[in-house]
Amino acid sequence: MTCIEARGLRKAFGTTIALDGIDLRVEQGRILGLIGPNGAGKSTVLNAILGLIPYQGELKVLGRDPWTERDQLMCDVCFMADVAVLPRWIRISQVLDYVTGVHPRFDRAKAEGFLAKTTIRHASTVRELSKGMVTQLHLALVMAIDARLLVLDEPTLGLDILYRKQFYDSLLNDYFDRSRTIVVTTHQVEEVQHVLTDLMFIDRGRIVFGCSMEEFESRYAEVTVNPDRVTAARALKPIHERPALGRSILLFDLMTLDKVDRQHLGAFGDVHTPGIADLFVAILGNTAGPSKGVRR
Amino acid sequence: MTTPSNAAPMPADHSQAVSPTRLLSCSIRRELWEHRSLYIAPLAVGAVFLIGFLFYLFRLPSHMRAIQALDPMHQRAAIDQPYMIAAGLLMVTAMAVGAFYSMDALHGERRDRSILFWKSMPVSDLTTVLSKAVIPVFVLQLIAFAVAVAVMGIMFFLSSAVLLAAGSSIAPFWSPLPIARMSLLLLYHLVVVHGLWHAPFYGWMLMVSSWARRAPFLWVVLPPLAIGIVEKLVFNTSHFTDMLLYHLGGSSDPGPKSGGLMDMLGHFHPGMLLSESGLWTGLAATAVFLAVATRLRRGREPI
Repeated sequence: MTCIEARGLRKAFGTTIALDGIDLRVEQGRILGLIGPNGAGKSTVLNAILGLIPYQGELKVLGRDPWTERDQLMCDVCFMADVAVLPRWIRISQVLDYVTGVHPRFDRAKAEGFLAKTTIRHASTVRELSKGMVTQLHLALVMAIDARLLVLDEPTLGLDILYRKQFYDSLLNDYFDRSRTIVVTTHQVEEVQHVLTDLMFIDRGRIVFGCSMEEFESRYAEVTVNPDRVTAARALKPIHERPALGRSILLFDLMTLDKVDRQHLGAFGDVHTPGIADLFVAILGNTAGPSKGVRR
Repeated sequence: MTTPSNAAPMPADHSQAVSPTRLLSCSIRRELWEHRSLYIAPLAVGAVFLIGFLFYLFRLPSHMRAIQALDPMHQRAAIDQPYMIAAGLLMVTAMAVGAFYSMDALHGERRDRSILFWKSMPVSDLTTVLSKAVIPVFVLQLIAFAVAVAVMGIMFFLSSAVLLAAGSSIAPFWSPLPIARMSLLLLYHLVVVHGLWHAPFYGWMLMVSSWARRAPFLWVVLPPLAIGIVEKLVFNTSHFTDMLLYHLGGSSDPGPKSGGLMDMLGHFHPGMLLSESGLWTGLAATAVFLAVATRLRRGREPI
């Protein structure tokens, strides 16, 4: 079933257009990565999905209108924001009491189980925890809620590599199943590449690219080419080229190549699946510069 | 783990939804966790007052002898004076704490970004705003009442002990202090005057705190002040200021302010303050302020 459906989603802050007609459809059981430069409108999309801001156009999340039904929607939706938003004064025991009190789908024992694997003590306040521990705490709360949609806005920003790795591992092993849906925005695209099932690039309030990861892997190929063969390889019209240690890495969209050329790619050098970041640069590279100026 | 469902908003699971009263009580408890000054300030003021009262106790036996020479009217006034001061002090404390609380309630959560966490919970903006209005209007008044009764009880106990130790009779001291009626009157006064009559002020402050990006205190104080001044300059009247003062006073009737607590007890009847139309217009204004605050919070982002 469809988890999120948006048609012609628009949002303007004064004269700045943050979302310029977004069409989006996320099915249940997918993990969608929303990738875009700063100020592209990622957070605005998420805020609209979460019912935090009004918008123009059509948007349904789990069959509900987020703006008018936020409180009911939040029974089925969890959210972690770009920086820790847990109030600094609250005690761990208090936050557990509170969520137990107000959330019909919170399993306190489960949350305490997750917390037991960390060094977080129930008597501490959030203020006393390190940034990584606050994220662990929030993740423990979120994973103990039997929600259908989890929205993550830069969840690992500012965490060290161990916490980041652990974060996505927990999410995949202890939380995700085919009945849940996850939407995540992040700048650390390399780390989510193996996590995602779907990919979407957003720039200047528009969706500029979208595909599933299977499609991504079968459609794009990168070839590391030695200098003597670059001219020949360039004849196949790569969509992007970058230098690497005296050689060139050429990114090809296999859809634009015929069958014979595809088989020839191997002859130019090592063929491998590109990173999301490389495709992102290839697609947005020419236009990314000016978009930095578009901030809300 | 849930099994995949095809029903759109899953009605089955919503039958176990949390009841509105539980959402409200959890939200109120949350406010008390965050704003510990709500009970610490009255407790601290009560404690400081009791320390001061100890010095008064040294003079109490001689004081009582002097009092007995007075006529009964002044005698009672002299005896209940420290109790009135204690109650008054706690009322002023509650008002100050309530004002600071209300100005910060919907501003602080945006300042520290925690509004994003609270909004990720299935609690409506209306429930949140109501829980924040219940604090100054009821909860704080009940806290002030509890502390006042405790402080007065301790005062009464200490006074009796000192008088007994000094060998004086405590009968003339006990008889003019009807503790039970005094407590009831205090409770009524706190809830009706400091709670319900002052509710529009708290409503206004909550509304401003959900609207102002910074300096909610200035936005709370300056517009009413400006209206009062403009009215004075343009029309040479002061209806607006009078109305505010009337609401702060809790009644248009000046009442027996001078005669002390005992005379108030004599005049007292429960419908007194409830029958005035000013109370109900004030509560209507409170409802409007809270509705606007709810509306504003809905679209508010961290600042």
